[in-house]
Amino acid sequence: MQEHRETAPLTGDPKMLLVDRAMQRVQCRPDALIEVLHTAQEAFGYLSRELLAHVAAVLGIPESGVYGVATFYHFFTLQPPSEHSCVVCIGTVCHVKGGGELKDALEKRFGVREGDTGCDGRLYLGTARCLGMCSLAPVMVLDDLVYGRESPAGSVEKVGRALEVRSDRNGAGRTGRSGG
Amino acid sequence: MSVVTLTMNGRLISARQGESLLQAAREHGIEIPTLCHLDGLEPLGGCRLCLVEVRGSPRPLPACLTQASEGLVVETDTAALVEYRRMIVELLLAERAHTCSVCVRNGRCELQAMAARLGVDHVRFEYRYRLLPLDASHERFTLDHNRCILCRRCVRVCDAVEGAHTWDVCFRGINGRVVSDLDRPWGESTSCTGCGKCVHLCPTGALSRTVDVGDEAARERASLLRILERRAGIREEGA
Amino acid sequence: MTGTELAVLAEAEDRRRRGGEQRLLVCCGSPCMAAGAESVLSALRGRLAASGMATEPDLVGTGCRGPCSRGPLLTVQRRDETDAIFEHATPELAVAVVDALSRGADLPGEGRLPERFPFLTCQTRIVLANCGLIDPDEMGQYIGAGGYNALARVLHDMSPEEVCAAVSASGLRGRGGAGYPTGLKWQLVRKERRDRRFVIANGDEGDPGAYMDRALMEADPHRILEGMAIAGYAVGAEEGYLYVRGEYPLAARRLGKAIAAAERTGILGSRVLDSRFRFRIFLRMGAGAFVCGEETALLASVMGHRGEPHSRPPYPSRQGLWGCPTLINNVETFANIPAVISMGAEAFAAVGTAASSGTKVFALCGELVNTGLIEVPLGTPLRRIVYDIGGGLPDGREFKAAQTGGPSGGCIPAAQLDVPMDYEALQALGSIMGSGGLIVMGEGSCMVDIARYFMGFCMEESCGKCVPCRAGTFELFRMLDRMANGIARPGDMEDLERLCRMVRETSLCGLGMSAPNPVLSTLRWFRDEYETHLRERRCPAGRCAMNGEAVPCPS
Repeated sequence: MQEHRETAPLTGDPKMLLVDRAMQRVQCRPDALIEVLHTAQEAFGYLSRELLAHVAAVLGIPESGVYGVATFYHFFTLQPPSEHSCVVCIGTVCHVKGGGELKDALEKRFGVREGDTGCDGRLYLGTARCLGMCSLAPVMVLDDLVYGRESPAGSVEKVGRALEVRSDRNGAGRTGRSGG
Repeated sequence: MSVVTLTMNGRLISARQGESLLQAAREHGIEIPTLCHLDGLEPLGGCRLCLVEVRGSPRPLPACLTQASEGLVVETDTAALVEYRRMIVELLLAERAHTCSVCVRNGRCELQAMAARLGVDHVRFEYRYRLLPLDASHERFTLDHNRCILCRRCVRVCDAVEGAHTWDVCFRGINGRVVSDLDRPWGESTSCTGCGKCVHLCPTGALSRTVDVGDEAARERASLLRILERRAGIREEGA
Repeated sequence: MTGTELAVLAEAEDRRRRGGEQRLLVCCGSPCMAAGAESVLSALRGRLAASGMATEPDLVGTGCRGPCSRGPLLTVQRRDETDAIFEHATPELAVAVVDALSRGADLPGEGRLPERFPFLTCQTRIVLANCGLIDPDEMGQYIGAGGYNALARVLHDMSPEEVCAAVSASGLRGRGGAGYPTGLKWQLVRKERRDRRFVIANGDEGDPGAYMDRALMEADPHRILEGMAIAGYAVGAEEGYLYVRGEYPLAARRLGKAIAAAERTGILGSRVLDSRFRFRIFLRMGAGAFVCGEETALLASVMGHRGEPHSRPPYPSRQGLWGCPTLINNVETFANIPAVISMGAEAFAAVGTAASSGTKVFALCGELVNTGLIEVPLGTPLRRIVYDIGGGLPDGREFKAAQTGGPSGGCIPAAQLDVPMDYEALQALGSIMGSGGLIVMGEGSCMVDIARYFMGFCMEESCGKCVPCRAGTFELFRMLDRMANGIARPGDMEDLERLCRMVRETSLCGLGMSAPNPVLSTLRWFRDEYETHLRERRCPAGRCAMNGEAVPCPS
């Protein structure tokens, strides 16, 4: 079980201002919970218990209700983000064209299970059900950069390179981002 | 209050306008099975055991959420419905570990009684056997996720009657489970009043008294059910 | 802004566009961006600035042009000449194109799509009329292409009843999948006696392998806003919500910009186009839940709750957002509305078939020479889409099946290639139109594997509120998984079919009701494949592992 602090030690955090402003913008209406959680996750990278408790208190929603919403939607994560994130698309087309093999190869090479972090917590491996770039299948998103027509060997190499260098956010003139 | 007439299982019965088919049936001695519904709580339509066939509807409808109206022709126990209900109970039994012999509710469990009533003597699906945690942090109550069928009676009674909203459901689908506050251990919940309403209404052994003293529990449950009965009456008048 | 001002603006934009000698269009849809469209765009920009041309060509970053597998796409439009479209454009090519234009020389010959490229010429573009031809961030370009004219006409010349009647007469049906008559839905909301009503555009496109709505929202956001505003006027709503799938940040950004631009100029707001009609649109982001495409779950999500559906009736047209009558249509349906008004209901109804009028946008994917976004009249035979537009399967491979409708749909076998793509014909084959994903599969695809794939999807996306969907899809997935791993039990076939029927009949919402469709349809057309998996423990397509190991259950 997690450790919980009842007070909100985050109030001094400047990132918290963003969240508070987002809540004021919607007049603290409880129906804007999902928007607020989007803002909060963008600011902090993940939704901590303290953050959720603060949002619940300000919007006047029971804590279990906020927790229920935060865990219902795949977009929200309650774990701190790892250094690198790799999302393999397993939408229908990517599945047919070998997205599963990409995922298997990455799991095997880096000893990380899908939906989990590995390599001393430095790599997160996730899957997405269709990023809408089916014409480039199979697609992999490594640190917000989209790579299309991937092969298992190629994806292993790219992730390996990302892990060697500490930050590789301007890869090969490619742009575009994705959720997942 | 206007009264409507409908046909149920070939019998003409009368019902109050706006009343659910489940209530109307009950008033005429027709028991439609359900595991999630309780009079006085907002109907959920989740367990799907109370599905009935209504003429003109392409698929079965939940009796707890379908209003009685003039001229409806309803069948509550067709062969297809009975088979669906059996499968639903089997799915529930396979989903989590409902080992009756070591359960605090053995003999007083609604799921067990339902299985017996529907003649479910074996489960055709593979048991999942996934061990889920047990939360015994509360001084008087215990939550065993292995017995939970996600009927949400606890969630609804805590929100609507006690007003605490300690419980909700987190995650989704096959991984869904009930949660107190921000996934705090129950004993450390800041919103729980310790009233025990959730425990009284739990149909299985998911929520139980850590030390269950039979008589006292039965008395308290009876008085809660009276409160809910009144609530059901108030809601109908309000509707 | 008044109607007259709108007309003046449109004319000015039109004059400006015709005055310019050349336009350079770079497709900036997500796939083209991922393939490097931005570097092409910046190379063009840099070279144009350096070239010192007297009349610099218009440089436009557009939404999806269509043939996504050939991106990034660069289109050169010149006066009195057919468009030249370059595939797989690179910064080097961009430089060569600018140099050729500034010298007045011929454009590079390599990397150009053929002038009569069937992928583009075989289409009928109504919804996608502007896609790939205008800058989605420039409202002026939409207005220049005739945008917001329909709204102006509706507000000034038509009563709300007339608008509803026109939509009914057009025969337009919901493009989200079920094909409910749009006009009828509008009238249902309209006749509810309540003060407050809402309009919701469903842009929560969740089918894996479908991206029509994304492309549309990214390429022509104002068309959707116009459709929503017309709907608001027709049903008597003053507030609209546009729900965008969380995975589409670019679409959300462009829609947000479009809403702001429309509000700034008085096209949306308290006096729409200087009329007494008041309409505002709010953007809502989803957060990754397929079930939110179901209308009652969508309502819950818009109100900030878990995206769990509730039992219908009451239908949203009676009790939707905060208990008020609510019109929910797919974004593609709304994008059809301006065309219905400007073409006239009769002309619109003349496209497509009698029962399914208009066009449908498909995301054509899978094993095909050409994949991408297409729009064809409803009723177009599947064969024409696969072979004429898609160019057939690569390397002369054999067509095995086409999957439509995603996890709620089914597979169409080769014997049914001549099926007209309309709502009823697809349903008769055990599939559905769905939102428009169309995935072509060759001999290397295994139908048991496909069924297992979709069941796994439904299992993960089930909200868990009702037992048949929560535990039933899980159980179905396990049965299919056993088959794909060669450890199925003799009774599994019968249990599979029995459980499929039960889940279909007893689930609470559309997700559960349609989850068995991929299994039932593949059982119907490819039963022998299941039999081979079961009895011979062999996968005819060589796709399934059949190694006797069950995949660990999701934790």
